[in-house]
Amino acid sequence: MKPSAFIASSFKGKPQAGALTLSKKMQVEIKRFIGRAYSPAKVRYWTDGTRTAWILSEIGKTKPITTGYVVAKGKIERVQVLIYRESHGWEVRQPFFTRQFSGAGLDHKAKLSKRIDNISGATLSVTALTKMAKLALYLERQRVGS
Amino acid sequence: MKSHVSILSCLMVGLIVAAPVFAQDDVRGELDYLKKRVAELEKRLSAQENRTVPMPAYTGKNPSAAALDADIDAEFMNAGSGDQWFNKTSIGGYGEMHMNFNDDADDQIDFHRWVLFINHEFTDNIRLVSELELEHSLSGDGKNGEVELEQAYIEMGLGNGFTVKGGLFLTPIGILNEVHEPATFFGTERNLIEREIIPTTWWEGGLALTKTFEETGWQFDLAVHSGLNVPTVGGSAFRPRSGRQKVSQANANEWASTVRVRYTGIPGLEIASSVQYQSDITPDAAFSEKNDALLTEAHIDFRRGGFGLRALGAVWSVDGETPEALGLDEQWGYYIEPSYTFTFANGNKLGFFTRYSQMDGARGEITQWDAGVNYWPIDNVVFKADYSNVEVEGGDTSDSINLGIGYHF
Repeated sequence: MKPSAFIASSFKGKPQAGALTLSKKMQVEIKRFIGRAYSPAKVRYWTDGTRTAWILSEIGKTKPITTGYVVAKGKIERVQVLIYRESHGWEVRQPFFTRQFSGAGLDHKAKLSKRIDNISGATLSVTALTKMAKLALYLERQRVGS
Repeated sequence: MKSHVSILSCLMVGLIVAAPVFAQDDVRGELDYLKKRVAELEKRLSAQENRTVPMPAYTGKNPSAAALDADIDAEFMNAGSGDQWFNKTSIGGYGEMHMNFNDDADDQIDFHRWVLFINHEFTDNIRLVSELELEHSLSGDGKNGEVELEQAYIEMGLGNGFTVKGGLFLTPIGILNEVHEPATFFGTERNLIEREIIPTTWWEGGLALTKTFEETGWQFDLAVHSGLNVPTVGGSAFRPRSGRQKVSQANANEWASTVRVRYTGIPGLEIASSVQYQSDITPDAAFSEKNDALLTEAHIDFRRGGFGLRALGAVWSVDGETPEALGLDEQWGYYIEPSYTFTFANGNKLGFFTRYSQMDGARGEITQWDAGVNYWPIDNVVFKADYSNVEVEGGDTSDSINLGIGYHF
């Protein structure tokens, strides 16, 4: 699914586009979720006021996996893998896998509030999607707070 | 007059005393004002940076919306990369060092595998995947190790879930053959069955077509490729592992084909089965007997929470008088490996496993027990410790304690 199609299908009306600039302080906290500072430091989002779509990229085995996350009221509502560049681990694109994230929030230990079952042979891709889910929840918190 | 002088003096003294106080109040006032202004400016700047701007509706009819869509798609299509060749090339790798304490042989320490992946994306749907491996740390004449090209293929996405690849690739058989980064499996050494019956790591040269059904989790693979060329005499006669030609000026008089069906439609589950047919696993012209062979394999890999279970079975059926006379016309093996992994609050993981393996093949009838532990400080790094007991029918029983360090990136 193209990123534009993901945004269009995530909202009934027209969303507002914005960008969150990651401060040094935010990047320090982001390291807790993804193990490194996130790049680009200006992250785009789309929102209708109550629900926000974030499109993030994270390395699976050797290539970035671009994934869309919709966050509402501090919880993941939808996850969709948009661009998958790896030759293995495609199973993370399956709905049964991405549905697991629905309803997941972020607890005070920087962990997801729901257990995400792994996929055999796709461990690295699963890890990447889980990291991005935490990041999306964190970014949404920052956006609402800003 | 005196009283006037006194009043004036008092006023002057008062002014002199009060002046610094007034000045301090002014400075404080200025500071408060500046603080307020800075806070206002910060707020405005932050609002500007995180501003929301109206987006056109995604109707597809509005040309400006279509242009915006194209911009968005192009932006994320190039996520983390650019047009320069080095942005389209990525590297990765893994490595593992083993220490074996043997009861019937010398203890040994070995940097078993050091691997480098180099991948390159020519376009969005045409890419190169390659893997270079140095085994046993040192290669060359009379050395223990080898430098090996384990993967080098061009992969093309054809759309509708179809992918085709051509070149040197890993055969789609078993659990470990395609995915064997040390942090992804239990045990310092790879399991017996995926060494002796399925000769992992096993690569061949040829073409492969894959069809995936992402909605349901089914995957089908069909590969046509070079095959084994097993020895026909000696201790390794008809041993699959000794027949790997490694696509190195390999005999291509006979070809092989592999079909795999794989299902991953339930969280945590993989069930797969592969069948490989080779028209002759002794293709050397000097050996006139024709030995066509069929390898059938099936496995399950299940993980739910901390619980894990891997089980695999594989059997070779080899036609011909010689393998029959050697008792190697049927070579089979299976293993079952339950495990449990604890995940700690800091993200560290500790997993315990045991594995029972049994086989009958060119190395004899072997029963092996393994039990041990993996410790992952992070997902990419693993420390392993395990105990192995190997019993060869009519032969020796040996024990070993194995330690390992592995990583991938």
